[in-house]
Amino acid sequence: MISAHLPTWQVVLPLICAPLCVVLRRTQATWLLSLAVSWVSFAIALALLQQVAATGTITYFLGNWPAPWGIEYKVDMLAALVLVLVTGIGSVCIFFAPKSIQAEIPGDRAYLFYTMYLLTLTGLLGIVITGDAFNLFVFLEISSLSTYVLISLGDSRRAMTAAFRYLILGTVGATFYVIGVGMMYQMTGTLNLADLAERLPAVADTKTILVAVGFITVGFGLKLGLFPVHVWLPNAYAFAPSVVTAFLAATATKVSVYVFLRFYYTVLGASTFDKLPVNEFLLALSLIAVITMSAVAIFQNNAKRLLAYSSVAQVGYILIGISLVTATGVAAGILHIFNHGLMKGALFLVMACVFYRIKSVEIADMAGLGKAMPLTMAAFVLAGFSLIGVPLTVGFVSKWYLIIAAIETQSWVTAALVLLGSLLAIIYVWKVVEVAYFRPRPDGATAVTEAPMIMLIPMWVLVLSNIYFGVNTDLTVGTAMSAAKALVGVAP
Amino acid sequence: MEFPGLWNYWLVVVIMMAGFYIVIAQDNLVKKMVGLSIFQVAVFVFYITIARIDGGTAPIIGEGLSNYTNPLPHVLILTAIVVGISTTALGLAMIVRIKDAYGTIEDDEIQAMELEEDK
Repeated sequence: MISAHLPTWQVVLPLICAPLCVVLRRTQATWLLSLAVSWVSFAIALALLQQVAATGTITYFLGNWPAPWGIEYKVDMLAALVLVLVTGIGSVCIFFAPKSIQAEIPGDRAYLFYTMYLLTLTGLLGIVITGDAFNLFVFLEISSLSTYVLISLGDSRRAMTAAFRYLILGTVGATFYVIGVGMMYQMTGTLNLADLAERLPAVADTKTILVAVGFITVGFGLKLGLFPVHVWLPNAYAFAPSVVTAFLAATATKVSVYVFLRFYYTVLGASTFDKLPVNEFLLALSLIAVITMSAVAIFQNNAKRLLAYSSVAQVGYILIGISLVTATGVAAGILHIFNHGLMKGALFLVMACVFYRIKSVEIADMAGLGKAMPLTMAAFVLAGFSLIGVPLTVGFVSKWYLIIAAIETQSWVTAALVLLGSLLAIIYVWKVVEVAYFRPRPDGATAVTEAPMIMLIPMWVLVLSNIYFGVNTDLTVGTAMSAAKALVGVAP
Repeated sequence: MEFPGLWNYWLVVVIMMAGFYIVIAQDNLVKKMVGLSIFQVAVFVFYITIARIDGGTAPIIGEGLSNYTNPLPHVLILTAIVVGISTTALGLAMIVRIKDAYGTIEDDEIQAMELEEDK
């Protein structure tokens, strides 16, 4: 039965198709292959989500070696949701990609983009699905190495330095993670996450484990753009090819947050926070991130970098939810993982359309685009509403739950700062909207037309899903709630 | 605790910090990559050390052999070495391209150029 092997197909399919792209080489053929792989992966992820909802957690033993000796794949509610997000965003971005890639990457290298995209997809899906701490590191490096290449494909020379700086920090982060895992292995003799969870409580008070938690926190903090170790992120997002930015902003950092959730809640258990208040430390950093990064975003002149700083702030919201250590808080965090993926994906695709037409994403150059590219800029406004958290958009749903969670734990300051962050978001979204709608196109500027259909359709699919999941919240809130309850350990 | 105690761990920390310091303090990108490699090698030594048991032999079944060194960390580190090599290769390839585009591989000079561009 093929359905029994769905968890492996999820990872193996993009992995075997990546070298095929190198063999095929023809841009059109590699695009079609990547598109097919993305859509099939998306279908697999949806099937897994449905299966998990119906029958509970799926475990899969690779090569039929039982855990903890063999490597185990595990799909629970949370993993399934993140898989759907990653493959969904991948499907949309690749559908969107050909024109944008044609404009930004030299034709003879386009096939490399698709190869690297498939490898990144493999890595990200692998991180989510694996139940083995060292296997997770291997997938992390598959996704990281291919991500560095994707970023360096950007057409400005700045892309190369941005990718290099990310390579240095990303490798340091991954190595920190390996040190942490090594220490945990030293104390427990196992690498299987479920097995670790069982054996850790006996040694949880030792310094070794505390140090391990520290290393893993900092290691993945580097990967997810935790304030103040986010320095690689703004330039990497600003100078990567537009489609790459959209894909990474919506998926890569989210997957790292997922690893945080896994380690804090599944492996260590919520009770760790009593002994080692990592959550308070994360909460403080996230609150600083939300305010300062939103403020920094306001002063950016490059729209992509503006959105990149906003991403650091938004990751702050996710971490605030996670560090409240209540079911509602964690659910809000998980919701925002999903929702922020949708909104940032949409916003960066808008930037890709803008760049395709005017060859720039400097805010000053976007004057008059509201008239010249009405559909594109309308998408920006709607996705921007979602970023701010206007009712009937997904941004509202996650912030609503976040504020409820903050009020439940009576952290009024947190609730107030979350609201303040939203106010700052209004300012930086408005900054772009004002230029695009209320300033005329300068005299003598080349005429600009609407972006082509093949770009508009996937972009609007994302924008409309921002609205759809904002109105019809059953699926996302239900999934996030049951995932959060399972993590925090409250009977569902 | 007797000094130096488990001196392998001391060694790991020294190598690790030496590598990490090079990554942070050196402006030359190639030196940064070298520092990164040293940093990673320290972690390899760390893994090999935790596998070791006093008086342990290679994990081979034989007469009179009862105490085995744990082979699993060795396998893990084989994987990590491959990852390390790929990272170094990719990093060095990027440095070549950076040299082409900027004419220098000194980080402070590159940063100065980029600040100029941002104005």
